[in-house]
Amino acid sequence: MNQESPILLDVNSVTKVFGGLVAVDNLSFAVPSGEHIKSIIGPNGAGKTTVLNMIAGVLKPTSGRIEFEGMPTSGLETHEIARLGIARTFQNVMLFPNMTALENVMVGCHSRSVEGLLSAAFRMPSQKREERSIVERALAKLELVGLADNAAEAATSLPFGKQRLLEIARGLASEPKLLLLDEPASGLSAREVVSMAEVLAKIGNEGVTVVLVDHDMQFVMDISDEVVVMDQGRKIAEGPPMKVQNNPHVIAAYLGEED
Amino acid sequence: MSARESPASPTSEALAQVEKGHLDRRVLGLSRPTWPFVLALAVAMAILPFCFNNTYYITVLIFIGINTITAVGLNLLMGYAGQVSLGHAAFVGLGAYTSAILSTKLGLPLWATIPAAVALTSLIAYLVGMPTLRLQGHYLAMATLGFGIIAYIVFKQWDLVTSGTSGIVDVPPLSPFGRTYAETPRLFDLQTYYIVWAAACLLLVLSANIVDSRVGRAFRAVHGSEVAASTLGVNVSGFKIQVFVLSAAYAALAGCLYAHYVKFVNPEPFRFTFSIELVVMVVIGGMASVWGAVVGAGTITILSELLRSVGDYDVIAFGVILMVIMTFMPQGLTRAASDLLQAILRGRRNR
Repeated sequence: MNQESPILLDVNSVTKVFGGLVAVDNLSFAVPSGEHIKSIIGPNGAGKTTVLNMIAGVLKPTSGRIEFEGMPTSGLETHEIARLGIARTFQNVMLFPNMTALENVMVGCHSRSVEGLLSAAFRMPSQKREERSIVERALAKLELVGLADNAAEAATSLPFGKQRLLEIARGLASEPKLLLLDEPASGLSAREVVSMAEVLAKIGNEGVTVVLVDHDMQFVMDISDEVVVMDQGRKIAEGPPMKVQNNPHVIAAYLGEED
Repeated sequence: MSARESPASPTSEALAQVEKGHLDRRVLGLSRPTWPFVLALAVAMAILPFCFNNTYYITVLIFIGINTITAVGLNLLMGYAGQVSLGHAAFVGLGAYTSAILSTKLGLPLWATIPAAVALTSLIAYLVGMPTLRLQGHYLAMATLGFGIIAYIVFKQWDLVTSGTSGIVDVPPLSPFGRTYAETPRLFDLQTYYIVWAAACLLLVLSANIVDSRVGRAFRAVHGSEVAASTLGVNVSGFKIQVFVLSAAYAALAGCLYAHYVKFVNPEPFRFTFSIELVVMVVIGGMASVWGAVVGAGTITILSELLRSVGDYDVIAFGVILMVIMTFMPQGLTRAASDLLQAILRGRRNR
């Protein structure tokens, strides 16, 4: 990891309380910009997805602050946060079922395009030009994840592994600086996990920073630059995969041993 | 028939085209151009009046055209953006009343009253939609249901402006081609017929264009998943309001055409049951297909003419039709017919 690269995402003493339950407890970590994969791991119910939801603006933190490129995101709505350059995928894959694979990715281009209702209705030249560029950009993202040949198929008729990749392509189409992935490897076959790891490497080459949440230890340790380990809402360890793997707290949380 | 050689994948074809600098979107299963279909419809509708002598049929076809306009707009809202309105009759009524009042009481020309009616109705739709469309869920259905009932009561009770149950009489007719056309019944019907269907065909093309665009994809994304759409930068409540106001504007235009064709406006046509009829048109025609609006408007308009004799019980018939369609053809009549046609064609080819 390059120590000089500036901070892209700064999560600072963030707490989230649902009713009486503390889902995330005073969590802090930072992610540098550029090619970097930061993973958040932990057992079920550790609060991992809640963290992603707060970064993406789907949930508001109860206290603490999240800064993206030095700017607090607290007052912003979800779509405004997306426009800053944060994209995400979902644990249970939320594709648009009424669209083809390509159209799903084209929706991803939404925040990087501008044409409105009237120019669409009357097919103004500027709209046609923009549509062309949207198709080309979306095709390029499909190529990147290896789904180019499925472009015209209905998104939800694709096999599950391809749906996961499609969701990543859709997120990438918004040209994010930060891509949040919620359990990208879950539900995938061993072979699909390998191609997922390849796709993540390609994403890194494009300069996109990744924060991902998963509980598949092996997958996470193989691909991550840094790992944050959570248990019951708290951060119990942080660092490069090799170091974290041998941390007694982490072993305790995963295997349930007394320390 | 010999097996076809396996074609190059659509995407590699498309990528090759991108490199050559021209891209046929059809290769990617994106848009089939709608104008040939609309052109066919326009030609058919242009010829149709000469096929029968009975002016009653022309009147029915005019009403089908007017309802098509409302249904096309409502379909953008319901079929594409997934928001339900149970009060669209009120927007048709607002358009009809506004244009009728401005033209009779203030004597304004129709080229001014119709845009004013559409604008006022859009503004009211914005005010009705804004508070509810910021929320997730079916609050819009509730709000529009209430609004439809209130609007009907206002049409009925606000004597000073709406002339109450007796209605507004002597609404000036559409007469862009001069008085001869406006005052000869047969010519007036024909002239209105062509105006209405020209407007319907134009709005069909515009709507199809909207559906297949950045804005249309945003509508569909909102329908598919509001959370996913918003995390991609789609301003969900903004687009919901946009499509709601747009659909109200279509309804208002239909209302204006109605007022200046019938030359009389009273509250009865804009009851709650008409809102339901409009929903049934969209559903049975097939949601998320601009053509569904034409089929739905045609079917329901003709049915309600046939059911005139049973009075208010026609609602029962619409209820039953809705249930049958939802059960056996959830995609609507248009889709069912095209599936059937394709099955027949395939059967022929395989023989």
